[in-house]
Amino acid sequence: MSAPVPLALTVNGVEVARAVAPRTTLADFLRLDLELTGTHTGCEMGACGACLVMMDGVPVHSCLVLAVQAEGAVIETVEGLSERGAIAELQQAFHQRNALQCGFCTPGVLVNAHALLEHGGVPTREDIRDALSGNYCRCTGYEAIVDAIETTARLRAGAEGQP
Amino acid sequence: MKSFTYERAASPAEAVAAAARVPDAKFIAGGTNLLDLMKLEIETPGHLIDVNGLGLDKIEPTNEGGLRIGALVRNTDLAADARVRRDYGVLSRALLAGASGQLRNKATTAGNLLQRTRCPYFYDTNMPCNKRQPGSGCAAIGGFSRQHAVLGASEACIAVHPSDMAVAMRALDATVETVKANGTTRSIAIADFHRLPGDTPDKETVLDAGELITAVTLPKPIGGTHIYRKVRDRASYAFALVSVAAIVQRDGTGNVALGGVAHKPWRMEAAEAQMPRGATAVAERLLADAKPTSDNAFKLPLVRRTLAGALAEAKG
Repeated sequence: MSAPVPLALTVNGVEVARAVAPRTTLADFLRLDLELTGTHTGCEMGACGACLVMMDGVPVHSCLVLAVQAEGAVIETVEGLSERGAIAELQQAFHQRNALQCGFCTPGVLVNAHALLEHGGVPTREDIRDALSGNYCRCTGYEAIVDAIETTARLRAGAEGQP
Repeated sequence: MKSFTYERAASPAEAVAAAARVPDAKFIAGGTNLLDLMKLEIETPGHLIDVNGLGLDKIEPTNEGGLRIGALVRNTDLAADARVRRDYGVLSRALLAGASGQLRNKATTAGNLLQRTRCPYFYDTNMPCNKRQPGSGCAAIGGFSRQHAVLGASEACIAVHPSDMAVAMRALDATVETVKANGTTRSIAIADFHRLPGDTPDKETVLDAGELITAVTLPKPIGGTHIYRKVRDRASYAFALVSVAAIVQRDGTGNVALGGVAHKPWRMEAAEAQMPRGATAVAERLLADAKPTSDNAFKLPLVRRTLAGALAEAKG
């Protein structure tokens, strides 16, 4: 086993310094070292989207990033987004629309939906579906997921439009 | 994943020196293909050289009026670049047709060119594969070969190159710039960059061991209507069964490259000479030497129809 490498990064607003083995993925580092188990590991090859996190402002697969490659990065997981209220409306809309069943894919979907809505405006359903093309939901809840994201986008656009 | 040692290089010179020093080293950039291959132990480097700090992440104009795309420019940023969208639309469209937005956020220009085939037998370490284990045989020949090559394949390998971006770059006559450990640099025409499988399908490009891609250069814009048409089993997030990159001029001439049909992007200047005669004539020439399997013979009519659709769309 190769010697651990020092790693310093920011996770959910907190500066973290640890030593990690080079082969540790960012997903495993978040889950096992930092006990942030909201980030899920599904396919482990960038296909399912359960492991999406925000890295320096864009959603990426934490299973396809080595933890050592996140040196100096700013990471935000679903826990961070949730705790600072950034996805409160999305969570509410997912709840109201039953946009989840088993919930395994939900953290990745929320991170991705958050990134999509950060662009502002109201994306079309086609845009939403395209943005979610890398998120697998095996309970087949896509219609409800798209509904919830669209509802949130409309809500935010309406709120911004008010004096 | 097998364990390995890791270092961050700060310059191209440092990166290639490190690769020359450690025999089983590999460069890692976005990692979107290398890491999944390492998890499956299809790739087992003993040392990784992280090239993300090399500063090769800019898109700059060239003296010739083209664009120099740094090796580390992310697929998302390349597709969104205003100059690329305006002058090289086929490239932007091809990029957006590939992978998912989240993979494109990490995947780099050089890494996209170097991604490995998605042949299921290459990925299944229980099966023979001359690409993964030279001399072991090819399970795709005589196996399930619906996705596989109809052009330029060999007795050793019928895998296809999975990239959409590379198909557009072939239509655009891009050039790959590299540096070696001894400091020499070279420019490789995209046509020569990827190899046909022949007897050595494990060698997919003409890069030497430890040679590093620093940039991809596009020539001066050639105008025309830019089309990228990709046909796949579902509307998004799937590899091409067949794709067509076409740049069509007002006089009916143009450039055409195919994806999903061979071990490299497929373009024939002799077929382009048929452009004024129409899509059927172009397709006939492109497919003259096609050797499909019983599973993928559908790709021949699919190429004809996709090409006809693309050229019709270009005419407007």
